[in-house]
Amino acid sequence: MLDFNSKCIEIRKNILTEIGTLGVGHIGGSLSIVETLVMLYYKHMNIDPTNPKKEGRDRLVVSKGHSGPAVYAVLAEKGYFPKSLLLTLNKPGTNLPSHCDMNRTVGVDMTTGSLGQGFSCAVGIAQASKIKKDNAKIYTIIGDGETQEGQIWEAAMYASAHKLDNLIAFTDYNKLQLDGTVDEICKIDPLDDKWKAFGWNVFVVEDGNDCEQVDKAIEYAKSINNKKPSMIILNTIKGCGVNFAIKAGKGNHSMNISQEMMLDGIKELENRQKGDDN
Amino acid sequence: MEMRQAFALELEKAMNENENIVVLNADLAKPNGMGNFSEKFPDRAINVGIAEQNMASIAAGMSSYGLIPFICSFTPFATRRICDQIAISICYANQNVKIVGTDPGISAEYNGGTHMSFEDIGVLRSIPNMVIFEPVDNAQLINIFPQILKYKGPVYIRMFRKNTPDIFDANEKFDLFKSKVIKEGTDVSIFCSGLTINDVLEADKILQSENINAEIINIHTIKPIDSEGILRSIRKTGCAVTVENHNVIGGLRSAIAEVSASECPIPIECIGINDKFGQVGKIPYLKETYHMTGNDIVDAVRKVLKRK
Repeated sequence: MLDFNSKCIEIRKNILTEIGTLGVGHIGGSLSIVETLVMLYYKHMNIDPTNPKKEGRDRLVVSKGHSGPAVYAVLAEKGYFPKSLLLTLNKPGTNLPSHCDMNRTVGVDMTTGSLGQGFSCAVGIAQASKIKKDNAKIYTIIGDGETQEGQIWEAAMYASAHKLDNLIAFTDYNKLQLDGTVDEICKIDPLDDKWKAFGWNVFVVEDGNDCEQVDKAIEYAKSINNKKPSMIILNTIKGCGVNFAIKAGKGNHSMNISQEMMLDGIKELENRQKGDDN
Repeated sequence: MEMRQAFALELEKAMNENENIVVLNADLAKPNGMGNFSEKFPDRAINVGIAEQNMASIAAGMSSYGLIPFICSFTPFATRRICDQIAISICYANQNVKIVGTDPGISAEYNGGTHMSFEDIGVLRSIPNMVIFEPVDNAQLINIFPQILKYKGPVYIRMFRKNTPDIFDANEKFDLFKSKVIKEGTDVSIFCSGLTINDVLEADKILQSENINAEIINIHTIKPIDSEGILRSIRKTGCAVTVENHNVIGGLRSAIAEVSASECPIPIECIGINDKFGQVGKIPYLKETYHMTGNDIVDAVRKVLKRK
């Protein structure tokens, strides 16, 4: 698993570089899903960076579209576009906007940003794959705060009613949303029972920032064969892997990041990488 | 034939020819003439249940996968209810989704105010990438339907559901993006859309008896508006009356006034819903109530001619 951990550090460095170069951005929810993105892009997804529109490929819809910087960090690392593009995040005319845009960014499968909608789009893609009988797997990541959107539950009901067993979803359960903790704003617990009641397979990952645990959950979701869609609830840390972001806590949804903070963060990650390499 | 039947026949034909076409309903498949589609197309005719937001975004996802989804509901639930899903999942992502809204405006009749969309064109007209089409009869719908299928991008079909008098011959040709001159004239341009056309034709008989030579133009596609056709007419007549089954704010009147204001300012009078909500009633009663009858159109013409 060493290689995946090392990859996660690279991705986090990319995220810090993107947002730090601009000076502001959605860092918390980008850092919390790094392990999931790495396991999907480096192990599980049937994709080809040299042929981004390959027929029958697996798809990923990051419904929590504000995690765009994390997606771009991985796509660049995978070679979908040059890493130098990461320095253009949100700059005038950029192809890397805050929120994922399929018409701007090579490798992005669906435009997201208005919460709840991407999840339905993923359900539509899973249904389309069933119609085309191409055996693709459709992955989607929603936020815990996003779970408060009614559309999530419309789509949840549809996916199980239509037996979309090719759909594997993740909830980035980092317990924080923009205005405060999820519990303070509008509690979503018991989340596992809710998804079970909606007819989904549910896997709770104790540490969603542990590659091995995330990997096991994906493996299991892929292997289970009971005509149900699967939800993997990832207990994550918003801002995971970078001290200043974790310390900012509730404030890390979108925050100002100085050059100094960026460089300190990158150094912190490099030190950790050296430690891992030893 | 009812317009819903004419539409269902065209869609069925298209689905038989093109296996990428899918149709999504939200528990209104029967009223929209597609009650038997799920038997005919078990994989491609899907009833999502009463969840229009989900239907719109599902369709966008399907389109991203190469399918051509039609989503169908009554006009208010196919538009204002799912405005953000249309704006973001469909139009911002520029997906090839066709939205079918039935029972527009006063044609919702006994379903009343909650089901009467007087704002749908206004709302959708301000969303980039959206094409808005409102047929006046079956011949026009059938002739333009293949053009809508061929066009890659979001289209809103604002469609009457029941029997509507035939205006055009079955062989009449239309261009989705060009307005249709129904009668040439020199004194006033009357621009009309949807079910108002019969009242305009009725008004024209009275106008002719008063020696007023009106040019009648059907705007079946309100967005993108046929500026060229509109300017050609108003440069000739020097004044206009707009007639629509929609709020006079945001719909046909606004679209015509925008073209006129930019290129050729002229006096314009309007017939339509004067910023009011709907109510229960049959179409003739509602036309009287909202001042949309043939006589109201004649009055508007007389008024605009005085302003020339």
